[in-house]
Amino acid sequence: MALTGLFLSFFLIIHLIGNLQLLLPEEQAHLQYNLYSDFLSTNFLVQLIAYVLYATILLHTIDAIYLTIKAKKASGAGYVKDKRNRASKWYARQMMLLGSIVFAFLVIHFKDFWYPYKFGELPMDANGNKDLFSLVITSFQELWYVILYAVAILSLGFHLLHGFFSAFRSVGVHHPKYNQLIKSIGVVFAISLTFGYLIIPFFIYFNF
Amino acid sequence: MKIHLKVWRQKNRHTKGKMHDYTLTEVDEEMSFLEMLDMLNLQLAKKGERPVEFDHDCREGICGQCGVMINGIAHGPLKNTTTCQLHMRSFKDGDTIYVEPFQAKAFPVIRDLKVNRTSLDEIIAAGGYVSVNTGQAPEANTILVSHEEAENAFDAAACIGCGACVATCKNASAALFTGAKIAQLARLPQGKKESNKRTINMVNRMEDLDFGHCTNTEACQVECPQDISVLTIAEMNYEYNKAKLKD
Repeated sequence: MALTGLFLSFFLIIHLIGNLQLLLPEEQAHLQYNLYSDFLSTNFLVQLIAYVLYATILLHTIDAIYLTIKAKKASGAGYVKDKRNRASKWYARQMMLLGSIVFAFLVIHFKDFWYPYKFGELPMDANGNKDLFSLVITSFQELWYVILYAVAILSLGFHLLHGFFSAFRSVGVHHPKYNQLIKSIGVVFAISLTFGYLIIPFFIYFNF
Repeated sequence: MKIHLKVWRQKNRHTKGKMHDYTLTEVDEEMSFLEMLDMLNLQLAKKGERPVEFDHDCREGICGQCGVMINGIAHGPLKNTTTCQLHMRSFKDGDTIYVEPFQAKAFPVIRDLKVNRTSLDEIIAAGGYVSVNTGQAPEANTILVSHEEAENAFDAAACIGCGACVATCKNASAALFTGAKIAQLARLPQGKKESNKRTINMVNRMEDLDFGHCTNTEACQVECPQDISVLTIAEMNYEYNKAKLKD
């Protein structure tokens, strides 16, 4: 869980950096983003890592389902009056729910961008690359779509807020000083990624 | 003060339990929670009813025998306190208090508020022995232990094995308990020889028993009477990964 989670966290940084190109001036963003997308879908090394990524997403999901079933079995009948929530953060207890929202979002995300790009017919841009940029811009013209993204990204943000430091604990980092540091880095990481990913749909919605 | 109680009554592990209502009228605020339950039992005994069974021993907060869910919180509203060290001054006149046994598949109810926590003993037993020199009393400085090392080890050794960590964990995980037991020895030079085997056996035993997995919600430390650090769980993971690499 921890290792797959950390790998996915690393991917999120790379994915965000790539997508931030959408915020460049329109002319430049249009060609550069399509060129970048073409590079990702044709480079052998990137393709190889992409398969590792798909496997990681599946492993992370299967592990989460297994642990949730195990916890459900272990929990017993439950309490008539249950105030155990006072001892932990809501997002730490709802990792499965947050993860499920992110997974559902991933399915939509793949269907709307990954699938049409890989297997669909897309028009070409001036440089002869598939015009993913226009597809992205068109998609984010709809307010409901922007809101859907915002909900998914916020879920991801809270998932990371707990998941980041938790992963380090699971692999065995137990020095009090470094744990505090990792916890702080985790907060900065989760907030930065949430903000970074949120800004894109809203920027497109209000500027195009 | 007047206290309304809703107490879990269950004849044995095979029968279904349910909450029963009782009212006590002369509860003193200086009474401990367990003394209040004694008072209830005295009333029940006088009426010829079966008393409420609950675990207790030292009543000084050090043995780890007592432990019930009070108003949905392990050991009640005070943080880092055992049930026996909770006093009725923490409640108000006319309060309704829910009293339930610790719930986890690994802690089957024996009767009423009494649960079987043998599974925790099984984890310790899986750890096996620690090699020590026998014979005459050894020279005091044969094995050097710094003050910090001794204090750190004792921080983990302070675990009284009450099971509140399991009861309060949403996954019913025994990671804090097992982590404390592993860290206690891992922080000392003694027992290093068996360290890898001990860690693997204890963690594997914990996994085999009906406990859930730790997801680091950190709720266990909040309710732990001894405030055992959640970092002992990370230390257990470290020791386990290290042992597995050498295995």
